[in-house]
Amino acid sequence: MASGQERLTGQDVRRRGRGPRRRQREPHQLFWIALAAPGIIWLALLFVVPFYVIFAIAGGQINQVFGYPVAIYNPLRWSSTNLHGAIRDLFGSSAFVGPIIVRTLIYVIVAALLCLLIGYPAAYFVARFAGRRKALFLVLLIAPFWISYMMRMLAWIGLLQTNGYVNRALTFLHLATHPINWLGGLGFTVVLGLVYGYIPYMILVLYAGLDRIDPALIEAGRDLGLGRARTFLRVTLPLSRQPIMTGLLITVLPMLGDYFTNQLLSGTTDTTMVGNVIDDQLNTPGLQGEGAVFSLLFLLVLIAPMIYYVVATNRSSREAL
Amino acid sequence: MTTTATATPAGRSGVMTRTGLGRLKPRRNPWRHPWFLEGFTWLYLVWSLVPVALAVLFSFNNGRSQSVWQGFSLRWYYADPINSVLHDPNLHAAVIQTFRLSVYTTVITVPLGVAFALGINRWRSRTATSFNFLMILSFVIPELIFGVAMFFVFTALFTSVHLGTLAETLALITWNVSWPALIVQARLVTIGKQYEEAAADLGTPPLQVMRRVMLPMLTPAIFASAVLVFSSVVDDFVLVDLLNSNSSNTPMSVYIYSQQRGGNGGPALNALGTIMLVMSFVIVIIGYLGYRWMTRGERGSRIDALATLAGSD
Repeated sequence: MASGQERLTGQDVRRRGRGPRRRQREPHQLFWIALAAPGIIWLALLFVVPFYVIFAIAGGQINQVFGYPVAIYNPLRWSSTNLHGAIRDLFGSSAFVGPIIVRTLIYVIVAALLCLLIGYPAAYFVARFAGRRKALFLVLLIAPFWISYMMRMLAWIGLLQTNGYVNRALTFLHLATHPINWLGGLGFTVVLGLVYGYIPYMILVLYAGLDRIDPALIEAGRDLGLGRARTFLRVTLPLSRQPIMTGLLITVLPMLGDYFTNQLLSGTTDTTMVGNVIDDQLNTPGLQGEGAVFSLLFLLVLIAPMIYYVVATNRSSREAL
Repeated sequence: MTTTATATPAGRSGVMTRTGLGRLKPRRNPWRHPWFLEGFTWLYLVWSLVPVALAVLFSFNNGRSQSVWQGFSLRWYYADPINSVLHDPNLHAAVIQTFRLSVYTTVITVPLGVAFALGINRWRSRTATSFNFLMILSFVIPELIFGVAMFFVFTALFTSVHLGTLAETLALITWNVSWPALIVQARLVTIGKQYEEAAADLGTPPLQVMRRVMLPMLTPAIFASAVLVFSSVVDDFVLVDLLNSNSSNTPMSVYIYSQQRGGNGGPALNALGTIMLVMSFVIVIIGYLGYRWMTRGERGSRIDALATLAGSD
């Protein structure tokens, strides 16, 4: 039934005219719609509806006795209980979220820039100069993709322990007189974890973008007398602006919602991030409604970069046509 | 940063030539190999891979430490009668749960996403475009927010779906369905419409065009997306962390996280992590060989195969 309705609207849009090209015969329209229907229904039920439920929970009440959230689905009857709770956490006398937001922003910005600074040269080298060893380098570059995030964090937990290899190397080289407690709540360690965790995404995006640059353009720059640095600055860098933007987005978006890296690598409240606030509230009876409000606020902030990303992806895939 | 640093000398000599005189002087070979960049890349690779290799090594540690080597043993895999992966019921359950979720999710996600991609790609209309937009949106939304939405929908609205395996599977399918949808659409663009139209002009009904012409051509893309879905479910953490309810439906990633965080770390967790790693690698190697075999005869398929399996297309 749903697909029937969609068919109507689809043809409607067509009929209202676009150019004649649009009206090209597509004799089996119904077939294609039927093919897409399961996916559409799935997305509607398990992607669109769940987001509405966040609104319903955020605008709902909290059961006074048991503390579980009561959803209100009619927007006209939404209560502001949870919103007030969230505003109290943000600006009120017991506000605690402000410093956490600032900290999250600092961690994420520093980590994303480090990802770029480390990732760009590596991706650039593999895309341009790896030659016949390209496949080998590529395997090594994207291997972390297929290694679980938790395993990669375990790796650093082992290395950074007080008796771990990092401390032993530092004391051996006389760079530190006594072992440093890396895992005891240092922002440095959390940023390291974030960089280590998310840099593969950055590198893959950069590699794909840099690999697509036509070498003829770079050769032209050279032939016209530009040196290496200026070819890079005038040709390669401008052409890689889009991959850099996408790469930054693809690392920043998940980093902002990260709540496990700092838990594993520090576990103290000195390194709490925004993700932890939401995660904690979700696990605390009575605060789940506020968790919903915070999730929505979080989404509100991120919606613009997300849409930018989607539009950019759409555009580049259409250019590939 | 570093690239500009390496390239400066050449740039400066470029400036010098312009002042006259030096114009005919041979410059430093502009096509020389960038050793500094290569060194940097190797350093990066060492930094990115050696810690993991050490973590794998420590899963064979003959002791309780994750940081001090005490000799080789297989006790954390099966030799220890209580704490090994084979004998500890929780560790055991975690391995099985990860495997189960990966299989369930892949089996449902791939047909769903492929059908969606085909339908949306051929049903050209504004409605189709907006559904596709929704699909890509599900690809970029932060996982935590999506997890929160899933948590609430299963605890407040669809309450007959209890937290646990079913909720985890439904969430993972929604989260991963964009892989096949996007990869197949990309492949459809490269294939073009001519084969399909040729078949249709010869009077083949659409279902047969699909079966005889499109599906065979799309097989590599479908296969690659299955591999991607499987390996990203193995590695998934956030969704299953929010949606598990007890130890029987806690997969490996969540088990590692909760134990390590609770101060119960130990080589058994490294053993779990190693099992996850092997699972992903086996599936990716199968994927690579399979993809190469299916696209044999096409150009440059070695690097294409790698890029496709990493989800970059």
